[in-house]
Amino acid sequence: MAATTPLLDRRLLFVSGKGGVGRSTVAAALALFAAEEGKRVLVCEVDAKGNLADFYETGPLRFAERQVSPGLWAMAMDTEASLKQYLSLQLKLPLVTRIGPIARMFEFVAVAGPGVKEIVTIGKFCWEVKERHYDLVVVDASPTGHIVGQLASPQAIKELVQVGLVRTQTQWMLDILGDPAKTGLVVVTTPEEMPVAETIELSHRVRDETNVDLAAVVVNRVLPELFGRGEEEVFERLAEDPDALSAAVGGDAAPLLDAAGLAVRLRRTRTGHLEHLRKGIDPGIPLLYVPYLFLKHHGLRATRIVAEALGQELTT
Amino acid sequence: MTAPLQDRRARAGAGRLEVLLAAKEIVITCGSGGVGKTTTAAAAAAMAAHRQGGRVLVLTVDPAKRLATALGLEGFGNEATRVPDSAFRRRGGAQPRGELWAAMLDTKQSWDQLVRRHAPDARTAEQILTNKLYANISGRFVQSHEYIAMERLYELHQSGRYDLIVVDTPPTRNALDFLEAPSRMADFFSSRFLKLLAAPSRNRLVSAASRPFYSVADRVLGSQFLSDIGEFFTLFERMGPGFVQRARAVERVLHDRRTTFLVVTTLEAAPVHEAEYFVTSLDRMGFHLGALVLNKALPPWLLAEAPARLADSLRESAGDTATRLAPALEAESAQVQRVLCEVADAFLNYQLVAQREAEQKAELSAHAEVLVTVPAFDQDIHDLAGLLRLGEALFADG
Repeated sequence: MAATTPLLDRRLLFVSGKGGVGRSTVAAALALFAAEEGKRVLVCEVDAKGNLADFYETGPLRFAERQVSPGLWAMAMDTEASLKQYLSLQLKLPLVTRIGPIARMFEFVAVAGPGVKEIVTIGKFCWEVKERHYDLVVVDASPTGHIVGQLASPQAIKELVQVGLVRTQTQWMLDILGDPAKTGLVVVTTPEEMPVAETIELSHRVRDETNVDLAAVVVNRVLPELFGRGEEEVFERLAEDPDALSAAVGGDAAPLLDAAGLAVRLRRTRTGHLEHLRKGIDPGIPLLYVPYLFLKHHGLRATRIVAEALGQELTT
Repeated sequence: MTAPLQDRRARAGAGRLEVLLAAKEIVITCGSGGVGKTTTAAAAAAMAAHRQGGRVLVLTVDPAKRLATALGLEGFGNEATRVPDSAFRRRGGAQPRGELWAAMLDTKQSWDQLVRRHAPDARTAEQILTNKLYANISGRFVQSHEYIAMERLYELHQSGRYDLIVVDTPPTRNALDFLEAPSRMADFFSSRFLKLLAAPSRNRLVSAASRPFYSVADRVLGSQFLSDIGEFFTLFERMGPGFVQRARAVERVLHDRRTTFLVVTTLEAAPVHEAEYFVTSLDRMGFHLGALVLNKALPPWLLAEAPARLADSLRESAGDTATRLAPALEAESAQVQRVLCEVADAFLNYQLVAQREAEQKAELSAHAEVLVTVPAFDQDIHDLAGLLRLGEALFADG
């Protein structure tokens, strides 16, 4: 297998995954880790009602990027603002501000013209990469259901639009998106049935329908293995006679044994899904594991722990 | 209208969700991705068919493969299929009182049917169906999924074939897109911009007011693309009147008192946040919230204080306890000590998660009258027996 560009040496990373798997946590942590490694990083959330800001414990994010920690800037995508920027910077259309109902017009064209909303989103990230404002752009991207359409939008536009400025604008975007040394997709999953199934399906669709490289799969919330070799039998014997343990510790130990039994069963079910994942995706794609966090709150502290876990996975 | 097989009714002493389902014709489950919406919808439908009777349909969008297999949905498209009674009887289950039907939503096929219905003639229908923009609209254009799901629901309800329809909503970028989709679709067809876009292919008489629109649109999209759009929307506009009427009818059904919503969430921060948004939005938009389903909850015994104290002291005395227990367990005391520490940690770790969940639950209880908690099952559901087990938990609480 040809040597692939290490994840953080790329310039543009899209982080996707099924809803509820911790996509934003992973995007936030990847960006934080890269910044702590000395890179100049921009992290952006695409979903309007996302909560990326919570993972840095910072105020609401806007289209204009804001520094949230050393080397790290954050922003939230706003397709209308992006279109305005695009029109004025790329197409040199000075009239933009004078066209009154641009919002309404845009809303309509976005509904009518397929791919318009997607391309102004993708275009913004590609532009940041092209202009070299940052070493790395991390996108907390759309869920698995929408990411292919988004990544494929420049190609789709190129096929639909025969002439005009939009067409000429798509080629340089395609060059950036299709270069595995520059762009990569990171898919986040958990070791559960549906997320694993969607991840496998997505890995095939990305290969068949886009020219973007699937750079890594992050397996989030991996439950710890409780018992090593031989220990499970000891636990089973212990669990057969809860009274013996209760007598030894001077209290009802049954709930403790029940909790451990629950932990073992949950871990076992998830191990099965992990095996399914390993078999289902191309063996050349690296899997990065992030442990389940038994924490009270999920703020900056959790983001740091995930960043460290990812850092370890990336350096070993 | 087909007469119901039998009167649907809730049993005496039934839980609140069971009573609710017996009184409704349409139940729509919503919630953020990954919370178990599809499975909840299927379980509720299976239980309703099993216990309450009548003809019950579950309309699902994107079921897990094993769930699809359980419902006998493999290889079927838009057509509803009946789940055989034998699937209920397997593993000692009883004969269901009613019939369970299942259907999957095929977006493309549903759009095609819709176009055929509303096009004024076969030729226009064909022109639309072969237009290359149409493939994009029906396949990729995101909100088309939301609209078509509600449209299909309306159609199935109108058919009168089912006493109860439980529908699982597609995962959406904006949680309530699918509720607003019918009215947005109607607005779309009455929009001035549709007329603007449709104009160029009819005549090139452009008013002074719309000139800036074309100058931008031309430069950005190119005139060829613009005229492609124009041609497409000229065709599409011919379906306008029927379409608007239909979209308004779909909207009315969603607001009907026989329709209710189940908001499903797990007890994690992000889905809970979304569930709160759902509940307040449903209320603001005048939809009926039937119940808030708290799915995959950890068992309440994990919250007890005494075992937590015991776990703490077990951690401290693990060495001594291990020495005492080792002979009876026929193991080395170091090994027993490691096992004891893991057991204590397991309780403390999962108690932390259970506490986190309890806080989320307390916050949610302010939002809904009916709160149904469903326990986490440590195995995935892959047959009807599993669905009924989940369904029993759904019907038992509240």
